[in-house]
Amino acid sequence: MKLLVCISKTPDTTAKIAFNGENTKLETAGITFIMNPYDEWYALVKAIEIQEKWGGSVSVLHVGPSENDAIIRKALAIGATDAHRIDTEAVSADQVAFQMASFIQQHAFDIIFTGKETIDYNGAEVGGRMAAQLNLPFISFASHLDIVTENEAIVKRDMEGGTETIQVNTPFVISAAKGMAEQRIPNMKGIMTAKSKPLNVVTPQEYSPKISIVSHELPPAKKAVQYIDPENMAELARLLREEAKVI
Amino acid sequence: MNASTAEIEKDLFISNKVDLFAGHDYYKIDDLLDEEHKMARDAVRDWVKKEVSPIIEGYAQAAKCPVHLFKGLANVGAFGPTIPTAYGGGGMDEISYGLIMQELERGDSGIRSMASVQGSLVMYPIYKFGSEEQRRKYLPGLGSGDLIGCFGLTEPDHGSNPSGMLTKIVEDGDDVILNGSKMWITNSPLADIAVVWAKDEKGIIKGIIVEKGMPGFSAPEIKGKWSLRASITGELVFENVRVPKANILPNVQGLKGPLSCLSKARYGIAWGAIGAALDCYDSALRYSIEREQFGRPIGGFQLTQKKLAEMITEITKAQLLAWRLGTLANKGEASPAQISMAKRNNVNMAIEIAREARQIHGGMGITSEYSIMRHIMNLESVITYEGTHDIHLLITGMDITGINAFQ
Ligand SMILES: Cc1cc2nc3c(=O)[nH]c(=O)nc-3n(C[C@H](O)[C@H](O)[C@H](O)COP(=O)(O)OP(=O)(O)OC[C@H]3O[C@@H](n4cnc5c(N)ncnc54)[C@H](O)[C@@H]3O)c2cc1C
Repeated sequence: MKLLVCISKTPDTTAKIAFNGENTKLETAGITFIMNPYDEWYALVKAIEIQEKWGGSVSVLHVGPSENDAIIRKALAIGATDAHRIDTEAVSADQVAFQMASFIQQHAFDIIFTGKETIDYNGAEVGGRMAAQLNLPFISFASHLDIVTENEAIVKRDMEGGTETIQVNTPFVISAAKGMAEQRIPNMKGIMTAKSKPLNVVTPQEYSPKISIVSHELPPAKKAVQYIDPENMAELARLLREEAKVI
Repeated sequence: MNASTAEIEKDLFISNKVDLFAGHDYYKIDDLLDEEHKMARDAVRDWVKKEVSPIIEGYAQAAKCPVHLFKGLANVGAFGPTIPTAYGGGGMDEISYGLIMQELERGDSGIRSMASVQGSLVMYPIYKFGSEEQRRKYLPGLGSGDLIGCFGLTEPDHGSNPSGMLTKIVEDGDDVILNGSKMWITNSPLADIAVVWAKDEKGIIKGIIVEKGMPGFSAPEIKGKWSLRASITGELVFENVRVPKANILPNVQGLKGPLSCLSKARYGIAWGAIGAALDCYDSALRYSIEREQFGRPIGGFQLTQKKLAEMITEITKAQLLAWRLGTLANKGEASPAQISMAKRNNVNMAIEIAREARQIHGGMGITSEYSIMRHIMNLESVITYEGTHDIHLLITGMDITGINAFQ
């Protein structure tokens, strides 16, 4: 099967987030960037598992400049077959989805994976937008994927209080949530072979932005924990009523 | 060793604390590293966080070796990273090897010891000095963790002075008869094979591969260690053990055989010690910002800042020393004396940082909630094995003066 995994770059989960003076752009100095965990742990690993069982190839696709190659190499070290990087800065979900869908249109993939969302902007938009442009079925937040035949799959989605089971024929777009696979840590052999795997640089399509970011605001800083003497229940009740305003 | 990991761990302390370790790179030494180096380091760091950190305090407290990690270490590629892939190694360079050791020792010196012995003291001599047949027979199994190896040089009466060893081999037809004993041997009670250094009838030191189960060969465990408690240590006892001559490493004789293995392992320890120091510093830095006394974080007091500032200064110096040694090693130009200097400096740096970090943690630093006390105890072995702190000083002394002060 020909599988494609779309991977994006996000700040490390422990990064301290700050914005530039106008609050329009993330301050990147001092931030470590990683592969978006939903893309890496679930989408990529599931695609590799399918390839191990059914044969074929796992390609990864990324929109971004060459300084992001480390993330692509990591995907190759984990086990992807080859990689394509669309050589333009990623600015919005719409633009990323447009660039990737335009690339996919020229290739035939059986399954196109994304992560359920990126852990920075949490938009969860790219998969759906791509599917729309490609006119393919889209299944979001999938927690299980079983390949029945090379043309057919059964997908499960965890929902509030239950699960939904879906039958779908290839090709389709799927966004991977927790449960789909387990994180694989690249080993030294993978890291060494990644160096010789192909990484194609793709010229981006013409695109004019449809939205622009006005500003970002950080959530208010968390207040310190207040300890209250267990004997002093009246004080606890007063604080809950007057300060927390929850009772 | 038949019990399942789950069964063994049932009674052990298993931490559910998240390992928050983050690397520290004050001088942007990362800029000197390749993508491969950083990827190797990050992969082993992730592996340690997932496989080692949650269980290590429990195993160390119980003085049990997490035997299942041999397979894990093999899978991640920690055994013989610089040995060519065709022989079960990783085909990587010396800096990647160093960074792998750094990350393992960041988790625990005992886990790093498991890998050092397997890779640098067992796979390396077989690769370097073994026959093609020996390489084919043992290296793939050692690389994949199906075989566990150990390295027998030290004897009860010959530690710092291995040239005085008494263990000997005597020819007998197609075999040799091996007699003697070795002491303080990492992995020995678990080992399938032992690379043993012994003198022949002419008093020449030879390396010989002894297999578990050969009659007359036993490997009792040494109990009661307060250090490297998660790494198993034992003796090797040889009573008229008949070993085929084909098991002798054909391509080396004399002390340079074991010493070249030690150079390889000591090089890894010079990097490994940075890992232990980084873990202590990282924990102390975080604790000093969170912990308040007299109404402010203890990290705000000058005395604490002095400790922390000196720690990062010493770590940075050690990182530069290791990086330079690595670039020399990549060119095949790192001398044994240069390796001695780095091993001695970096291990001593780590042990001093561990002690200061312990103080910053106050009483909490005494418990297994933090890794500090375990690192302190581990490093007492690390400063002794692979050449003691003083022996490495004498190596430098001899190198710069040309005068041997050992005897
Ligand atoms: C946990 C652990 C694991 C080990 N694993 C292995 C292993 O896998 N394989 C192996 O072969 N060995 C192993 N060793 C042995 C280790 O390498 C030796 O302990 C070390 O070389 C020191 O030898 P020794 O203990 O006999 O001390 P000694 O040599 O007796 O030294 C005692 C003290 O005397 C000092 N000293 C000795 N000679 C001189 C001199 N000329 N001038 C000044 N001072 C001197 C030393 O510096 C030291 O302070 C291990 C040791 C430990 C603790």
